[in-house]
Amino acid sequence: MVDLGVTLGGHRILEDISFSISPGQTVGLFGANGSGKSTLVRALLGLIPVAAGRAELFGAAPGRKLPWAKVAYVPQASPAGAGVPTSALDVVQAGLLTGWRPWPSRGSKARALQALAAVGLEDRARDTLKNFSGGQRRRVLLARALVRQPSLLIMDEPLAGVDAASAEALVDALAATPDLTCLVVLHEPGPFERYLTRGIVLEDGQIVADGPLAEVRPQVTDHHHHHDPAGPHRSHTPELAAPHEIGDHRLEERP
Amino acid sequence: MSQYWDYWARALSDPLIQRALLVALLVGAAAPLVGTYLVQRRLALLGDGIGHVALTGVALGWLIGAGMGLAPGTLAIPGAVVASVLGAVIIELVRASGRTSGDLALALMFYGGIAGGAALIKVAGGTSATLVAYLFGSLSTLAPSDVAISATLGLLILAVGLTTRWALFAAASDEDFAKASGVPVRFWNVLSAALAALTVTVSMRVVGLLLVSALMIVPVAVAQLGSRSFWRTMALASVLGAAAGGAGLMIAYWYDLPPGASIVLLAIALYALAAAARPLVDRMRSARQ
Repeated sequence: MVDLGVTLGGHRILEDISFSISPGQTVGLFGANGSGKSTLVRALLGLIPVAAGRAELFGAAPGRKLPWAKVAYVPQASPAGAGVPTSALDVVQAGLLTGWRPWPSRGSKARALQALAAVGLEDRARDTLKNFSGGQRRRVLLARALVRQPSLLIMDEPLAGVDAASAEALVDALAATPDLTCLVVLHEPGPFERYLTRGIVLEDGQIVADGPLAEVRPQVTDHHHHHDPAGPHRSHTPELAAPHEIGDHRLEERP
Repeated sequence: MSQYWDYWARALSDPLIQRALLVALLVGAAAPLVGTYLVQRRLALLGDGIGHVALTGVALGWLIGAGMGLAPGTLAIPGAVVASVLGAVIIELVRASGRTSGDLALALMFYGGIAGGAALIKVAGGTSATLVAYLFGSLSTLAPSDVAISATLGLLILAVGLTTRWALFAAASDEDFAKASGVPVRFWNVLSAALAALTVTVSMRVVGLLLVSALMIVPVAVAQLGSRSFWRTMALASVLGAAAGGAGLMIAYWYDLPPGASIVLLAIALYALAAAARPLVDRMRSARQ
């Protein structure tokens, strides 16, 4: 994405965001609450309009040209199952839809059951989501993304409310998936520490650090304690890269 | 006992009742199918709004039919189809645009629909009694041409609603995820609104415009008390809807009631029974485990 800006309700949420992710990279997107992490991934997916700049996945802006079958999204929360009773299998099977085709491909049920097994929920496939805990629900949302066998996986806080053992198992499952490019919104690395190769730190809608996870790590943990109320006019420490220095890249992936 | 048999045999051999029963069963099955998507999207009252708009369509159909010298009411259903589909699509587009004034725009449209219907029917030479037949349903005014249109549209709703059910479900259950999967969410939402509009017009002769929405929603409310999956809920709601439609119609015939009233009261009675029985069923389930 280049010089991306997002304005919601008259407020500038993101400003001059520029970065690109190459195939196979596993990137953590860090920042405090309200720093604009979720807004960034939602803009990237075309779920909210972009006020300035452009966001591209696989070289295409969100629209008909984008190869959506390669993309999978794990939102922070989902309204699925909140109204009419919906089983985990219903949700995961519907995750296989892409484009105009109104029904999932053959063998979708078997694939959905497999994805549920990958998150340890095969026994609960036919249970209604209302009977699931918050952590279990998140695992269903993850299975719904994994069933698409994506090249690019975009996740928004996938581990909130997931117990430690399941979280480790999930990261193992991701690590075992070959050629997966990953962008994960996180509060802190946690179990993802061993999986992520790169970290981007957001603060007040701007990128304040971008580099190998080990290098940006200090900014990440710092985040909860250090917040400058003066807003954008803060002093940069040497290892912080100002947004314009990251350069003119597009978020794209070429096969 | 035998006099009852005679009575029902006579009733069922009456072509008027046969026609009404066919429409009631079809509508009873189709309405909850569409209603399941509406409940999931928290648009349970959309059918009510469309019903209001359809009334203007009915009156317009009367007016145009009168102008063309056709028998009164011939164009009522076509008029309602056009007005309600148009109304539903506009409602959906206003909703999707996310404007804060959408709520108000809908209210204006609904009131305009009722007022327009009441005014136009007088101009077309009809009476308030004409409108009442459309508002609450009527057995005696059901013409063979109405049945042909209703049955065709009913089958169309069932066919489209079932073949596109995965896409409609994906768009209804998690709009953001579906968009991020490249699913054309707006198209499917507009289609489900159009299906709801067709359901309203198909149902209006038997159930009536004021009670159509109940037939879309109440069977779903009953079915979801005992189901764990979306498709089970939908199938059960359809069966219950057809049962309420058929049985309610026979009750209406027996007691000379407006069919819409008896069908909907029966559906609500089913809901009350299911809600009362639910704690018992839950206890039996947990005792088995």
